[in-house]
Amino acid sequence: MSSVTAAPAGASTGHSREGQARQAGAAVRRTAIAAPAIRLRGGRVLFEGTALFDGIALDLPAGRTTCLLGPSGVGKSSLLRVVAGLLAPEPGATLAADDGMPLAGRIAYMAQTDLLLPWLDVLANATLGARLRRDPAAHAAARQRAAGLLQEVGLGERLAARPATLSGGMRQRVALVRTLVEDRPVVLMDEPFGALDAISRLQLQDLAARLLAGRTVLLVTHDPLEAARMGHRIHVMAGAPATLDAALELPAAPPRDVADPMVLATQAELLRRLAEATAA
Amino acid sequence: MTLLRPVLVAVALIALWEAVVWLGGVPHYILPPPSIVAQEFVGRGDLLAEHAAWTLIEIAAGLVLGVALGGATALAMARFGRLRAWGMPLMVISQAVPVFAIAPLLVLWLGYGLASKIAMATLVIFFPIASAFYDGLRRVDPGWLDLARMMDAPPLSVLLRIRLPAALPAFASGVRVAAAVAPIGAIIGEWVGASAGLGYLMMQQLARGQTALAFAALVVLCVIGVALYFLADALLRRAMPWVPHAA
Repeated sequence: MSSVTAAPAGASTGHSREGQARQAGAAVRRTAIAAPAIRLRGGRVLFEGTALFDGIALDLPAGRTTCLLGPSGVGKSSLLRVVAGLLAPEPGATLAADDGMPLAGRIAYMAQTDLLLPWLDVLANATLGARLRRDPAAHAAARQRAAGLLQEVGLGERLAARPATLSGGMRQRVALVRTLVEDRPVVLMDEPFGALDAISRLQLQDLAARLLAGRTVLLVTHDPLEAARMGHRIHVMAGAPATLDAALELPAAPPRDVADPMVLATQAELLRRLAEATAA
Repeated sequence: MTLLRPVLVAVALIALWEAVVWLGGVPHYILPPPSIVAQEFVGRGDLLAEHAAWTLIEIAAGLVLGVALGGATALAMARFGRLRAWGMPLMVISQAVPVFAIAPLLVLWLGYGLASKIAMATLVIFFPIASAFYDGLRRVDPGWLDLARMMDAPPLSVLLRIRLPAALPAFASGVRVAAAVAPIGAIIGEWVGASAGLGYLMMQQLARGQTALAFAALVVLCVIGVALYFLADALLRRAMPWVPHAA
């Protein structure tokens, strides 16, 4: 476990902005607009009268991938939706980017369901953002980018297929491509690889990690191995109301090899924390 | 077999009807047997065709206007909250007024010609279209709307590119109902006051004791209704290939 260092939750708040930029490294410069760090404080969300979480604090360091693990129904998706701005927390919460600019318009969002539009073909679904924004130039660029990415995820021959003709795993790949085509500095993903078989999951994690490098990412997942491969910081969310534990911080750049002893050790540690959280 | 079954049922019923009339000695001006009705098609085919054309024009124009107005109303209400708040009660009230009751008024205002019948048909068609389509526009997967919001989609874009296609199956159910009720509007209009059309022909022939010809007109009307339904269904299926078995 020597390679895995546990830092207290919110440790990144102590980092200077320069420190975060250095951490993110050269990858930050790959995105057109620098990815901001995001800070949530005092998040409180009620579900049918009881608090899912109360006064939760979450830090997403700039250009880093933060993973959120935890048992089903604990509120991971709700927390992600709060960061997305889709779910308004109770008054008193603060959600802000460290560059002082609004978050709206800078976030790409991938929900737990693929949300493909059944009347559009694969390519049109993957370029939905540009279509909805009615920007012809951006649309043409998005089509090119989407076609390339669809090729990479093994759907190059299915650009004109309707979603109903695709398997669950294929649909999820289209949703992933749609998210990446948005090319936003902040990416929020809710179990993006859940519907995939083991091998395609690893392949798509590799692809996603490459394309997400330098972006500020929040990745909700059930899979400790996925968190160990993809995350710079990993939180286990548990309890009612739910709290976040001290994040595991992993130094090596994702995607990490499945056979890497550090990845396996992290996976074991995460499983231990999850079991503890479930038992409590 | 699926096609044969309704045909067999129809043939059996027609045979039964024929038998009842002949064996029971029912006067033909009360209930003409199918064989006599069939003769009217041969002998008075041109007369039937002429009046059928009028009714068909009334129904078709009513359908086009009713679908267009109902569709536009639903879209406008989905887009503008204020319009929805004021428009919805008005729509319900308009539907509470029985069409039979305002038919004489429409004839008074619009005359004995086509206009009053088209207005009747439009009125009958408007509500099923507007309410079904509006329901569909509102019941869109909230996940799609979240996604559109994260993509900074302008409201009109969300309406036309997400809500509208998502509501098409609901719109289609409205159109099928409308196709089925459209002849009612036209016929009521003709009964109240007209100089042509199948409804007018029926009233005129019944008054003269020409019951067989009235029956023939009724058969034509049935055929028009069924044909409209299947035509609408086929067009809608073709327009929405992603909807599995839009029945």
